[in-house]
Amino acid sequence: MVKVTSLTKKYGDFTAVNDISFEIRKGEIFGFLGPNGAGKTSTINMMIGLSRPTAGEITVGGIDVKEQIKRARAIMGIVPDESNLYNEMDGFENLCFCAALYGMRKQEREAKARLLLERFGLKGAGKRPFKAYSKGMRRKLTIAAALIHSPQVLFLDEPTTGIDVESSRQIREMIMGLKRQGVTIFLTTHYIEEAERLCDRVAFIADGQIVASGTVPELMESVAHDHTIRFVTDRNAEDLASELVAELQAGFAGSKVEVRVDHSLVMVSERRIPLLPVMEFFHDRGINVYEARELRPSLEDVFVELTGIESSVLKKDKERGGRR
Amino acid sequence: MKSWIAFWNILKKDVKNYYLKPPNISWGIIFPLSWTLMQLIRSPGGSILTLLPGLISMSVLFGTTSMLAVTITFERSGRSFERLMLAPISLSIMVLAKIAGTVLFGIFNAFVPVIFAAFFIDLRAVSWAVVIPAVLLIALTSALLGLLIAVSAEQVFEAQTFSNFFRFPMLFLCGLFIPLSDLPVFLRPISYCLPLTYGTDLLNGAITGANVLPPLLSFGLLLLFAAALFLISRHNINRKWIM
Ligand SMILES: Nc1ncnc2c1ncn2[C@@H]1O[C@H](COP(=O)(O)OP(=O)(O)O)[C@@H](O)[C@H]1O
Ligand SMILES: [Mg+2]
Repeated sequence: MVKVTSLTKKYGDFTAVNDISFEIRKGEIFGFLGPNGAGKTSTINMMIGLSRPTAGEITVGGIDVKEQIKRARAIMGIVPDESNLYNEMDGFENLCFCAALYGMRKQEREAKARLLLERFGLKGAGKRPFKAYSKGMRRKLTIAAALIHSPQVLFLDEPTTGIDVESSRQIREMIMGLKRQGVTIFLTTHYIEEAERLCDRVAFIADGQIVASGTVPELMESVAHDHTIRFVTDRNAEDLASELVAELQAGFAGSKVEVRVDHSLVMVSERRIPLLPVMEFFHDRGINVYEARELRPSLEDVFVELTGIESSVLKKDKERGGRR
Repeated sequence: MKSWIAFWNILKKDVKNYYLKPPNISWGIIFPLSWTLMQLIRSPGGSILTLLPGLISMSVLFGTTSMLAVTITFERSGRSFERLMLAPISLSIMVLAKIAGTVLFGIFNAFVPVIFAAFFIDLRAVSWAVVIPAVLLIALTSALLGLLIAVSAEQVFEAQTFSNFFRFPMLFLCGLFIPLSDLPVFLRPISYCLPLTYGTDLLNGAITGANVLPPLLSFGLLLLFAAALFLISRHNINRKWIM
């Protein structure tokens, strides 16, 4: 549905986007995850024709964005990182005006505007001026405005950055709903959990380059890691520690065992650990196991490993509300 | 068809949000009125008829140049201009829609002194068939100048400063206060590069019969100016605002 090939953007000598390529399949949510200044907005701006690529190709719905931007825009919905609606108009007028820009007729405009206000829980705010909206409401109306012409591809630049938790949750639900309706979605974010929860595929972007991309499980696989299993039993830490640790390590070659203060027992091994023999080991000693779970590295760990960016950098962005 | 729905709604929005706002409406009336009064007080013996062309030109010039520059710079700083740039319409249609509102506002400004003058003098001798298109073309070229200014300005106050920088010299060079024949020779070529010169001459001709150039030539040149300014502005927008 979307194809980007060798896209590069230079501002003077500075390369903001450096030779990136990716594809977004129809109906999927594709996410760009990266810290501030990684080049996410620069990439989106080129894709929507608001900025000229220094090099590279972009097609959306098979339409070359450079050659036929008007046609491409008719199928694109665009939610910028900061709202770009009219402060002096109310919510309903804003939506109707946006609809008119897409050539929709009056009746159709008003019906769609009402529908969207309702769907976004802004029905009561339809007659209030946009400048009186809270941050969360502003973002919701901006998304509604992007959907006014029922686009096939939706671009969302940091849709939940800098807004309250409840609005963020509603927006994420909205995004999932759009996916179910078959809309193809490209979103950028610097929230790891958001990428993990929403995206079918994620690309890590840092310093204008795609460092890795794939589904979340694929990204997890791409980083070599030890296999870790955590057991919760009916014994406390002292009981477990005494002789069990040495016995387990002897019985399962290559594994390292430790007992944690929360009374759980953790086995780490380079190879995957089959559970049944371990369970039998516990069973033979009259120990009941209530829980056995593999501890996987989080997407955050993978991100840090692949990009070399400390996750605290992303977290700091979060606190600042993600503004450049 | 779709483009025209967009065109019409951009125009309607601008008129409603900017031009019909009380401060602008009153500016549009008070400003031409005070010019008119000032001129009457300054030369009480002078006939209103000979002042009228100048008053019309001035009202249009002041009503249009800064209005467009300021509204566009304002929309750009609030980022809503981006929304227009992202609409599936051609840049020309979008620019024309923005200009249309200003031109209407300019025409409204132009008729304030006319209506005012109508209370004092007989305007039946005026050739309206020339005045109306002349006012339209003055408004159009001034609005386009405002657009050029908007492309160079980053902030609203810059837009205002730039437009004054253009307007005042233009007033003195276009033959309004000082006839072109009385201007120093080295300034005259500049005068002939100003669209307002031709607009003023057309109005002079239509109202007092005192034109210097043939009206058809003036109309032709004004149209040329409009086309050139439009193309330059569109080119500049394309170059500067789509980075
Ligand atoms: N118009 C511009 N001129 C110069 N540098 C820019 C411009 N826009 C963005 N940049 C720079 O390009 C880099 C990428 O910016 P951006 O795409 O906004 O990142 P992100 O959206 O991932 O936070 C940043 O270092 C930023 O300072
Ligand atoms: Mg950004």
